[in-house]
Amino acid sequence: MGSDKPQPLVETRTISKRFGEGDARVDALREVSLAVYPGEVVGLLGPSGSGKTTLLNVIGCIVEPNAGWMSLDGEVVYDEGWRRSDLRRLRLEKIGFIFQFHNLLPFLNCFDNVAIVLNLAGFTPLAARQRAIELLEYLEVGHRKDAFPAQLSGGEAQRVAIARALANRPRIILADEPTAALDSERAGIVMDLLRKVAAEQHAAVLAVTHDDKIYDRLDRVFDLRDGRLGEDHEPKVGGMT
Amino acid sequence: MNLAFRDIRHSLGRFLLTCFGLSLLLGVVLSMIGIYRGLVEDALTLARSPQADIWVVESGSRGPFAESSRIPGDTREAIARLHGITATGAVTYQSVEARHGGKALRLYVVGYEPDRLGGPRQIVAGRTIARSHYEMVADARTKLSLGDQVPLGRNTFTVVGLTENQVASGGDPLVYLSLRDSQELQFELAPPAARRAMAGNGVISTTDTVNAIIARVSPNVQPATVTAATQRWKHLAAMTQIEQENILTRSVVERARKQIGLFTAILLTVSAVIIALIIYTMTMDKLREIATLKLIGAPDRTIIGLIVQQALAMGVIGFAFGALLITAIKDYFPRRVILQPGDGVALAAAVIIVCVLASALGVRLALKVDPGEALKG
Repeated sequence: MGSDKPQPLVETRTISKRFGEGDARVDALREVSLAVYPGEVVGLLGPSGSGKTTLLNVIGCIVEPNAGWMSLDGEVVYDEGWRRSDLRRLRLEKIGFIFQFHNLLPFLNCFDNVAIVLNLAGFTPLAARQRAIELLEYLEVGHRKDAFPAQLSGGEAQRVAIARALANRPRIILADEPTAALDSERAGIVMDLLRKVAAEQHAAVLAVTHDDKIYDRLDRVFDLRDGRLGEDHEPKVGGMT
Repeated sequence: MNLAFRDIRHSLGRFLLTCFGLSLLLGVVLSMIGIYRGLVEDALTLARSPQADIWVVESGSRGPFAESSRIPGDTREAIARLHGITATGAVTYQSVEARHGGKALRLYVVGYEPDRLGGPRQIVAGRTIARSHYEMVADARTKLSLGDQVPLGRNTFTVVGLTENQVASGGDPLVYLSLRDSQELQFELAPPAARRAMAGNGVISTTDTVNAIIARVSPNVQPATVTAATQRWKHLAAMTQIEQENILTRSVVERARKQIGLFTAILLTVSAVIIALIIYTMTMDKLREIATLKLIGAPDRTIIGLIVQQALAMGVIGFAFGALLITAIKDYFPRRVILQPGDGVALAAAVIIVCVLASALGVRLALKVDPGEALKG
């Protein structure tokens, strides 16, 4: 990485995370260091049980690491005196989550599923409405704004989930198997969309994926095996590294 | 954005069904309180009906409602002469079972002297007793109508007047007879028994016996001074109206009162447990949604609001349905159900407190949910 690169949006240094003690101890992450820069779409690859989701949880301020240093958008996390409310604020203000199974709230319609993030972020009802409709229109699901998640197709639900993740203009987008439930065409559209958002909003996208159909849409990939992160490299299209 | 409202709206049918179930439970609680009030009110109706200040009864007795009390009928004249007494009346009380229209009719007979204390307080149809024999004033709960003929003892009585809500502590409706008729009904021996008494000692005991003398006292005189004055007669005892009411509520209906009170307390406890279980189950059903809310940055107060507001909505709607239901059907209960606004407010407050406390279980569960749960497949 050249010295002219901007400050990374996600940076971890020797992050470790273990679960259990003694014989039951599992080292999920071992001194993981990585950096993701604005405008980048980075893939996190690895076999099942390699620690991908744990790393996503640590970066997403869901799981506290046992050791290491981390900063998100210039803000050091888990430093002296951190509080649970700080993590919640970071998730609300800086991070957008996209899940494999969309995780839309079933009792809210599409519009409310997007607007709730804006509501929590303190937007006025009018501003929240404008932003939510703008996003739904942008993702071509504006006509489904009054539908409930159970009434949507898989692709529509995933696009609404992306709209929710982007609602508060997060600098960091964490995606867990974002295309696993989609066909090739839809998967391509979703990844193109994430690339567009990363470019336009100078956001960083970190996606856990097994889906080789989308490798050509990734700028870099990291391989994670047994909790250890390999060197980053360009994706090899046609198979997992 | 009110998440509780949106969640309720999304599964409205299920929520209303839950509220309906809860409303039946709270309706039963409310009806038990109403029955409790009705029991006390019924017991006091009989004692309050004559509007007396003093009750004179047999010495060593606690009055006609608690135990047997028989005193000579001429005691009334003696009491009437005491200082401060403005009106008196002799009364008898007796439970009887009559037959009318082919059905058994449980009645509580009050004998009184027309134009003296002890008669019905208010006639809602017909008139009061005008003849000295064979006329009856009955409560509407007997289902008797004006002009009905009711056989009692060896005589048949005609219903000439009707009252409302006049029942004894056991729930039997009151009927009023003239004192002479009631004395015959209560104390006159049947012909075979009378013949045997005549054959035995040649004397038939007098029927001029009453259960109590009631008296009204001048406003300038303390009832207690009058009861003290009756101490001169060793065969009599006297008590004030308040003492009589206390005997009724603290002694005669005490067991029934405690029974209903205990049952009401158990029902309230059961309601609290059921509300807690419903809220806990509702929270369990939403764990993934709660995890998602936490993941997107919802503060704890948003999660707590979702659970507590739903619990309160369920309690308030359940209580309102229950109150409406019991108000609509209370007149069909065999015994009087009295719904007092104060009791309704107290139960509503109790339900709200129970809902808030019960939702604590759900809130505790929700606050423990790890936001990472949202990421699990």
